[in-house]
Amino acid sequence: MSAPLTPLTLLTAPIRWVRRNLVVIMGSLALVYLLLPNVVVMLFSFNKPAGRFNYEWREFSTDAWTNPCGVADMCGSLGLSLRIALTATLIATVFGTLAAFALGRYRFRGKSTAQGLIFLPMAMPEVVMAASLGTLFLNMRVNFGFTTILIAHVMFCLSFVIVAVKARVMSMDPRLEEAARDLYAGPAQTFWRVTLPLAAPGIAAGAMLSFALSFDDFIITQFNAGPSTVTFPMFVWGAAQRGVPVQVNVIGTAMFVIAVAIVLVGQLTSNRRKKQAL
Amino acid sequence: MSPALTTAPPPPGAAAPAEAPPAAPERRPRLTPYWLLLPAGIWLAVFFVAPLFYQASTSVQTGSLEEGYQVTWHFATYWEALQDYGPHFLRSFLYAAVATALCLLIGYPLAYMIAFRAGRWRGLLLVMVIAPFFTSFLIRTLAWKSILSDSGPVVSALNSLHLLDVTSWLGLTADDRVLATPLAVICGLTYNFLPFMVLPLYSSLERIDPALHEASRDLYAKPSTTFRRVTFPLSLPGVVAGTLLTFIPASGDYINAQLLGSPREQMVGNAIQKQFLNVLDYPTAAAMSFILMALILVMVTLYMRRAGTEDLV
Amino acid sequence: MTITLSQVSKVFGDFTAVHPLDLTIPEGSFFALLGASGCGKTTTLRMIAGLEDPSSGSVLLGDQDITALPPHKRPVNTVFQSYALFPHLDVYENIAFGLRRQGVKSVAGKVDEMLDLVELGPMARRKPRQLSGGQQQRVAVARALINRPQVLLLDEPLGALDLKLRRQMQLELKRIQTDVGITFVHVTHDQEEAMTMADQVAVMYGGRVEQLGAPAELYENPRTTFVANFLGTSNLIEAEVVDAGSDHALLKAADSKLRLPTERAHTTLRAGDRILAGVRPEKISLTLAADEGTIPEGRNRVPGTITDASFLGVSTQYVVNSPAGPELAVYEQNVERDSRLIPGADVVLHWNPAHTFGLDSAQAIDAGTGEDAA
Repeated sequence: MSAPLTPLTLLTAPIRWVRRNLVVIMGSLALVYLLLPNVVVMLFSFNKPAGRFNYEWREFSTDAWTNPCGVADMCGSLGLSLRIALTATLIATVFGTLAAFALGRYRFRGKSTAQGLIFLPMAMPEVVMAASLGTLFLNMRVNFGFTTILIAHVMFCLSFVIVAVKARVMSMDPRLEEAARDLYAGPAQTFWRVTLPLAAPGIAAGAMLSFALSFDDFIITQFNAGPSTVTFPMFVWGAAQRGVPVQVNVIGTAMFVIAVAIVLVGQLTSNRRKKQAL
Repeated sequence: MSPALTTAPPPPGAAAPAEAPPAAPERRPRLTPYWLLLPAGIWLAVFFVAPLFYQASTSVQTGSLEEGYQVTWHFATYWEALQDYGPHFLRSFLYAAVATALCLLIGYPLAYMIAFRAGRWRGLLLVMVIAPFFTSFLIRTLAWKSILSDSGPVVSALNSLHLLDVTSWLGLTADDRVLATPLAVICGLTYNFLPFMVLPLYSSLERIDPALHEASRDLYAKPSTTFRRVTFPLSLPGVVAGTLLTFIPASGDYINAQLLGSPREQMVGNAIQKQFLNVLDYPTAAAMSFILMALILVMVTLYMRRAGTEDLV
Repeated sequence: MTITLSQVSKVFGDFTAVHPLDLTIPEGSFFALLGASGCGKTTTLRMIAGLEDPSSGSVLLGDQDITALPPHKRPVNTVFQSYALFPHLDVYENIAFGLRRQGVKSVAGKVDEMLDLVELGPMARRKPRQLSGGQQQRVAVARALINRPQVLLLDEPLGALDLKLRRQMQLELKRIQTDVGITFVHVTHDQEEAMTMADQVAVMYGGRVEQLGAPAELYENPRTTFVANFLGTSNLIEAEVVDAGSDHALLKAADSKLRLPTERAHTTLRAGDRILAGVRPEKISLTLAADEGTIPEGRNRVPGTITDASFLGVSTQYVVNSPAGPELAVYEQNVERDSRLIPGADVVLHWNPAHTFGLDSAQAIDAGTGEDAA
């Protein structure tokens, strides 16, 4: 049974459709806003700009893709960023996980102070942390370089790792570890066989987060880098003043495509595994 | 950066205890938590807290890098910084506030859609919200230079709709351009921090039992009333977290103002960066970042007291 | 193997969960620790498992003192409340966990055998969250039993199941216990479950064992008001001892005279003492006041007025107000129903004096009733 198509329904039906789906329309527009720059970056990776700046479309070219490292220092900066991000992630994940267990598992004096200390770096503009740490290094006459960047990155990654792991630790049922102990697992075995596997998703989330944060950090890095330690974001910043090579877009696009592919493949396989198991 | 994940929902698969779990065993020595906290604690104490105190002392020092600095309790630095950079502070908080409001307006429908209308596309949509992070945000911010360029589609569209006249009357744009105007900076800030708004909003919306919507409708509430009386109040923790995670970093940002604005749009971050890295006037840089921190702390405290949610961690 | 708790107590901060406790759990028995939540039953169980250190006293298994032994060194296994199955391991690995930790090389045969026992063979490679509640419960039992423990501890193992499944699992657990013949210690708040499953029940209240015994004994002859009210329903009538004879005591409640066998009085009997005279509702018969003459001699009688009658099919439950006590409960089998027994009717309640029990009147009269437990 469908209502007869009168001129009135012809007019009101679309309006009603829009009203009912307003949220979806607005949400989709927001997604477009979020993803538009990524599309533009991808598009302009195939551009052949006239001058040194790659802001206006001229003609299609795959030059940059066939020669991604053709720009002086760019791939070197990429390597430096990767090294810093990996090292910072390793340190922050280990230290952060330990602290998360302390906060997630125990009651002790000074716990709320510790929690406040860990929350503070997340509630502070980067530029404040950047300038204050830079001031300290300057006055200590520390040579700016790999180490100072690493110290700074670990500092701001720690809080994020702790929060991610602590959430997981607190959601873990303490009975599971009791069950392990009851089933003849000693303290070490309980930790390796039960506690760590259960906390692993939180630790992995914290590690991935800190890798992303460190790899992409600019503000804190700029205040604590030395003249010879140019990370990838710093290279892009410099390029924005001097002239942006198309290869920057190639790198941006490649990272985007690879990461999205990994996430999607991961989601698909976990979905399939769930279906198979049922 | 994704501090938004701090309020992300607890990872799935965790067997939630049916009732309050028994107290943790107390057989381990009482010092264990302190040992576990030690490495991270020392790191944060030495490289986060100590620098803040150091900065406080630097801000009242006089001297030069060559001759060294002495603490002279030179509070005039603060006064001078406020006089010279007052407009920068104002602009920072104004732009950040507008960007935060825009993030809320744009982000709420998106978070709502993912939480209640996405069905099996939920996972994919969440990936799409996080996906922009996979490209360096500097590169993405530069992309806005292309999108908003003088001969680009946005400017010509706004021009043909005569919207640029409106924005220019509002003081947001000038000379029929979008780049190098407050509009471009706010647009960039909104864009850059939108996911920080969407993710906490989503995680608080996602926890709302859909049965509450049905109950509200059953009890004679119109959809708009349901939203005002049920959905929105329940999502308040997400709103608070999202606004903080957007406003705080936005007010200290200098990248958007630098890349998309002109000297007329410089924010306090630009000023600190210039004093620290170019002018090498460390006391002024320290004083300014101290003022920025203090103002933000005051605003956040007042805001959280009003909002009444303090359990963000 | 026999478990002996001697003077075992547990104190958390300033809260005493378990007062010094002596308890012997005989080998091969199905032993229930029964009580409302917070009575200390789970803490007692956890001290046997080694998951909680006693604040004082010692735990003996056979004649070996295991008080200081950590849980993974005790030949005792637990079926946890809400099961505590490892979510990252499948059914097979959950069951094999204990054997592997003990360094057993080939676990396949034993695990398959165990999977058969609990009828979960086809589910071996599933993760716990893909199982129903009853299946999870069976995995939890299998995971503990495969280690051939000397004692199996069950912490509210059926609490999360619906009623029908509960009945079924009760029978199944009982069957398994008979098959393997090891000592089961079962913690529960469900008195019906404790009575149907256990040979011995210890009723706990406020960190102490109120009474220990076989289910029938606890029910027929409770020693405290808590046991009287927590296990089933009791009518407790405030009375005064008139005369303490050698085999019977004579009590007076309002104008009624009641007789109480002295061996069923769990308090001192001296003329003039206050006492609570108890009787179970199903022991009482109802007769219309007009027909009082038909009641045989020698029975305890109390007059009253019916205030409520609920028909339950098998039986009818009456509430009777009496000068001896308000709201006395009476359960009558629906064999030959007297249609004149309706609210407002004046009746006489009468029962065999041998079913009367006497309790110390210093106790709270409503200990263990629903209002008290909540």
